[in-house]
Amino acid sequence: MFTRTILFRLVYLTALCLPLGTPALAGDVQVAVAANFTEPAKEIAAAFEKKTGDHVVMSFGSSGAFYSQIQQGAPFEVFLSADAERPTRLEAENLGVKGSRFVYAYGTLALWSATPGLVDNKGAVLKKGNFQHIAIADPAAAPYGLAAVETMKKLGLYDALSPKIVRGSSIAQTYGFIDSGSAELGFVALSQVYKQNKGSRWNVPAAFYTLIDQQAILLAPGANDPAAKAYIAFLKSPEAVKIIKSYGYAVH
Amino acid sequence: MTDLASALHVTVLLATVTTLSLLVIATPIGWWLSRNRSLFKDIVTAVVALPIVLPPTVLGFYLLVAMGPKSPLMDLLHPFGIRTLNFSFAGLVIGSIIYSLPFAIQPIRNAFESLGQRPFDVAATLRATPLDTFFTVALPMARKGFLTAALLVFAHTVGEFGVVLMIGGAIPGKTEVVSIRIWQLVEQLDWPNAHRLAGGLLIFAFIVLLSLLLIDRRWSQRHD
Repeated sequence: MFTRTILFRLVYLTALCLPLGTPALAGDVQVAVAANFTEPAKEIAAAFEKKTGDHVVMSFGSSGAFYSQIQQGAPFEVFLSADAERPTRLEAENLGVKGSRFVYAYGTLALWSATPGLVDNKGAVLKKGNFQHIAIADPAAAPYGLAAVETMKKLGLYDALSPKIVRGSSIAQTYGFIDSGSAELGFVALSQVYKQNKGSRWNVPAAFYTLIDQQAILLAPGANDPAAKAYIAFLKSPEAVKIIKSYGYAVH
Repeated sequence: MTDLASALHVTVLLATVTTLSLLVIATPIGWWLSRNRSLFKDIVTAVVALPIVLPPTVLGFYLLVAMGPKSPLMDLLHPFGIRTLNFSFAGLVIGSIIYSLPFAIQPIRNAFESLGQRPFDVAATLRATPLDTFFTVALPMARKGFLTAALLVFAHTVGEFGVVLMIGGAIPGKTEVVSIRIWQLVEQLDWPNAHRLAGGLLIFAFIVLLSLLLIDRRWSQRHD
């Protein structure tokens, strides 16, 4: 009878766990943030909340995952993507507000290791190959993962390194793989390691990969929300730009 | 399509290895739990049931740490040239064994318990040794429990996602299982292939559950 009992119990437990959607309250801004921008986004939200009294509710993940979710009606009001492609598509699909797109940061790719001295400042370690695992973000979902693949291809090392590549579902998980030492090194966003002196890194030259122009877009659910519009405006303010630059991003 | 095939291959291999390992591991534990009445037994029961309650992220997190290069456990493996078990098939097997442990132990234990004391008393009067009794009386009589355990573990391992996501690293042909592949296909907006794999898993899960219920029905009819 165990089978039946456990089946019924499972069904019952599942029913208990059905999520109840919580719509954004007035004065709340729901923001989907690409994982590489996690730390500056928190700082910007704190400054924004202090200034306006509005509350920022943030979700962090890969740009690809957010794009799929927004397509399926996720209630995000603002999307801070790690690329230009996904916001452009959302605008074309009328899921984003026309004309609200802009580049909030230009990202830099970094090859990073938690071990001091492992990564040299020219990336020659990739050729030496004296490691078992190199972590990247899933290239299909995370622009920094794509940039990592482009870099390895440009160096002519992609085929040689392929068996050693482990993929994180977002750049944040990739960072975790490297930080814990499970992967000896890997490609992350410069912003994730910019403020620390731990380990060793190589800032990959811009010529090695397609420009990472990270765009923000106001999404349809936030089109008429003053708080969402205020948040977008704040993102362009000198105060926010200063925070963004402090993580190693370029802003034009 | 080759990466779909390789994801299927890894999944089936992982589920098979996990099922076989767990049948071996869960048998002595299930036996011991069914023959024993003490407070200590309750503690062990609670421990082996933990994976049902804990989110896969908790297991995944502990496994990531325990199988990482800084773990004292991995120090024992360093002499063999193994730095970490994360991102390896062996690591996934260990994770799956822990994750599905309760699904193996419970049915086996219940099957042993339902045998009662009588068969063992009879065997003893026929001068069978305890080991003899176990292999020629207990195991054959409890075979329904083993079948249930095998099906549940196999299905549960195929349905695994969170633990693999946290320790796997999505290496095609090595640690990229079907559930991870589906997640990536959805992120890539490759819906036709996502549909194909998801639909396949749906049918598979239904067949497993239906067979469990049919086994249950056949057995209860036979014993009523």
